[in-house]
Amino acid sequence: MSMATATVQPVERENYLNKHYGVGSWLFTTDHKRIALLYLLSITFFFFIGGFFALLIRLELLTPAGDLVQADTYNKLFTQHGQVMVFFFLIPSIPAVLGNFLVPMMVGAKDLAFPKINLLSWYLYIIAGIMMLHCMLTGGVDTGWTFYTPFSTAFSNTKVIEAGLSIFVAGFSSILTGLNFVVTIHRMRAPGMTWGRLPLFIWAHYATSIIQILGTPVIAITLVLVVAERALHLGIFDPKLGGDPLLFQHLFWFYSHPAVYIMILPSMGVVTEIIACFSRKRIFGYSFVALSSIAIAVFGFLVWAHHMFVAGISVYAALIFSILSYAVAVPSAVKVFNWTATLYKGSIHYDAPMLYAFGFVGLFTMGGLTGLFLAALGVDMHVHDTYFVIAHFHYIMVGGALMGYLGGMHFWWPKISGKLYPEGWARLAALIVFLGFNLTFFPQFILGYLGMPRRYYQYPPEFQILNVLSTAGATVLAVGYLLPMIYFLWSMRYGKPAPDNPWHAAGLEWKTPSPPPTFNFEQEPVVTWEAYNYDEIDAAAAPQEVPVVG
Amino acid sequence: MFDNFPLWPERASTAAGNVDALFIFLLIVSGLMTLLIFISLLYFAARYRHRKGVPAEQIEGSIPLEITWSIIPLGVFMVIFAWGAVVYFKSRTPPRDSTEVYVVAKQWMWKLEHAEGQREINELHVPVGRDVKLIMTSQDVIHSFFVPAFRMKQDVVPGRYTVAWFRATKAGTYHLFCTQYCGTQHSGMIGSIVVMEPAQYEAWMSGGSNGPLSATGEKIFAELGCATCHRSDTQGRGPNLQGVFGKPVLLEDGRLVTADENYVRESILDPGAKIVKGFRPVMPTFQGLISDEQLNALVAYVKSLSGPGQAGANTSAAAAAPQSAPGKGSQVQ
Repeated sequence: MSMATATVQPVERENYLNKHYGVGSWLFTTDHKRIALLYLLSITFFFFIGGFFALLIRLELLTPAGDLVQADTYNKLFTQHGQVMVFFFLIPSIPAVLGNFLVPMMVGAKDLAFPKINLLSWYLYIIAGIMMLHCMLTGGVDTGWTFYTPFSTAFSNTKVIEAGLSIFVAGFSSILTGLNFVVTIHRMRAPGMTWGRLPLFIWAHYATSIIQILGTPVIAITLVLVVAERALHLGIFDPKLGGDPLLFQHLFWFYSHPAVYIMILPSMGVVTEIIACFSRKRIFGYSFVALSSIAIAVFGFLVWAHHMFVAGISVYAALIFSILSYAVAVPSAVKVFNWTATLYKGSIHYDAPMLYAFGFVGLFTMGGLTGLFLAALGVDMHVHDTYFVIAHFHYIMVGGALMGYLGGMHFWWPKISGKLYPEGWARLAALIVFLGFNLTFFPQFILGYLGMPRRYYQYPPEFQILNVLSTAGATVLAVGYLLPMIYFLWSMRYGKPAPDNPWHAAGLEWKTPSPPPTFNFEQEPVVTWEAYNYDEIDAAAAPQEVPVVG
Repeated sequence: MFDNFPLWPERASTAAGNVDALFIFLLIVSGLMTLLIFISLLYFAARYRHRKGVPAEQIEGSIPLEITWSIIPLGVFMVIFAWGAVVYFKSRTPPRDSTEVYVVAKQWMWKLEHAEGQREINELHVPVGRDVKLIMTSQDVIHSFFVPAFRMKQDVVPGRYTVAWFRATKAGTYHLFCTQYCGTQHSGMIGSIVVMEPAQYEAWMSGGSNGPLSATGEKIFAELGCATCHRSDTQGRGPNLQGVFGKPVLLEDGRLVTADENYVRESILDPGAKIVKGFRPVMPTFQGLISDEQLNALVAYVKSLSGPGQAGANTSAAAAAPQSAPGKGSQVQ
């Protein structure tokens, strides 16, 4: 589908972007859309920091010897790559940017339930971010993003406390966002917007918010305990002080496994919207897709010790966590099947958001299926803590979560910015990201099965060729990520003005001008239709025939 | 060229074949699932691409289909789970009469001591075709003992023993990697497992040794005065240790525990944690007074008191279980 260009904008309408000018109007805004943009800028900044670390890691691994940086530097690079990407990019990414922007509009509200708390959450994020930057610039931290004890509490001589406190603060930002979404979704739906009519993007964010609210306090407590043990020598995790190092791992993964779902569920929501729109269809099995999000959120809390099969837990505990891990795989599989079935007898368009959605489904499928390998106790003994794991979770978090984020950014960019992005470049970028991603991470599955451990600064020479392929892929991937950044910026100035609904998409956010006015809707919407009523939309558009190019 | 570019790891233990078989099964299953999804995606994408005047056909969903594609994957997953569990269980259960090697990990080296007394650093010599049980602990942070060719990995945790075992099937030298990040030289904490034919191994073993580990342990036992209380009759203030190892022990609080390596270790370092029924908590702690190597020797000695052939019995699951190890502290402090 091409973007309809027929609509001519009247002389600039008042909207959320041009209503006020000046730094103060942004820094003290309580408009969820402006806060979304503040988040967009901040997480993009951290994404490029994390990406820069990744590039240095890949360059170091180009040769078996440790030659580009010092061993300690390398350890800090992978530690902070993980911390920045997880806590400062992936966890806030879709919820804090697209969720912030879209949740109120999709449910037909003027703003989130607590606009000031929403702003507070951004400030907490910024405080946490400054602490993390300060930590990096004054020496950094080398514990791995996982902070395993007793290394983090008694042996590392880097800035563990500062990094821990930074993530502690970032956690509150995440909790507040989740809280805001839950209350908004419960209390602020427009008349007629029943639970069964909510876009699945909202269901995904609802499930995500539950995890953020229930899980994040646990990592906060855990990090406080790490800080307390490190600073005050309380014996919680260090066996020399009478503590138990495995207790840390239980607590850490109790949050950090569900955190994977914080990263992937919103992406699933985005992809669901895109697939429905670009195949012009209702989502196949709406209620199954909705409930599978909730099922993932619930089961996600019961599988944490599958990170610990070789850590020294009992055989029986391992059996229970293995079987529960397979249980959580079922709702994910259900989603993939429903997306695929949605395409059946659709009317499919190949615009950039849809290319990202296809990429998401493919890469998420591979990431999910390799999760089956890791949940299998007998195989995990071999591949645990090797590059197999690295490849697996990058397929989920980068191939999945990041593809979804980029797809969503393209899909809603016209709404957010009021401008159209250049479609040809966007399709090219989607292709480059897909190819670069696979070249980077597929060789790592093989490396992992061959036995190359993760977090290795130098490695035996027989692993070199696969590492070279991976590094080559990373450079391609970097190009793929820089392109959207460039043409999005370009489009803000030179892009064609976007019509209100360039994709002829369903959803309340498209029934308001692009960019939307400060309070989203000129009058409160009343919903009388089901979600994804593409048949009605297309039937209404049929007489004048939508101009079609793509 | 393929020396430099292997695509499959070497297979040199009895476990390796089991792990590979399951891995190949998983490759086939997930390959088929990937094909199913990809082919459907591509076929639908091509077949149902937008054409002017051909609207999409709205389909709400189908409960039979939803049930089908939940139940079938669940069934397949359960097969994988069960298979994985069997392979894992086997690898976590050292056979009786395994040859024992004590492993002490520290930043950034592996110290290995054979029950017969040979000591090695970053290198372990073992014979083809014999079960070798590793009884491992760490002096500092968590490490992990990983031999890719054996498909075997176990974290090595400070403050307790973890156990692993293997039976090598092919002579050769194989990588030993530390796979739990442990600081600056993590990637330098590597070594090799040298698997030898039995005859060569015997020759190697006859080289320098300080005598069996249990004999060292006996000496330490005497030096520390353990024998004053742990007498070989029933008159001691502490339990008689003859024949205790590998057997169930009834505790003062009514629990029944198995006297495995972790139990003995804990009883030396934190004697108050588990009091044997009928005894009083009078033993002083040896925490900080003896090294991990001395501790290993003492454990080997206590084990030897239960006679040959008893040592490896009944320890497997319990040795890996946290409940027998970390619950220290409360009673003592």
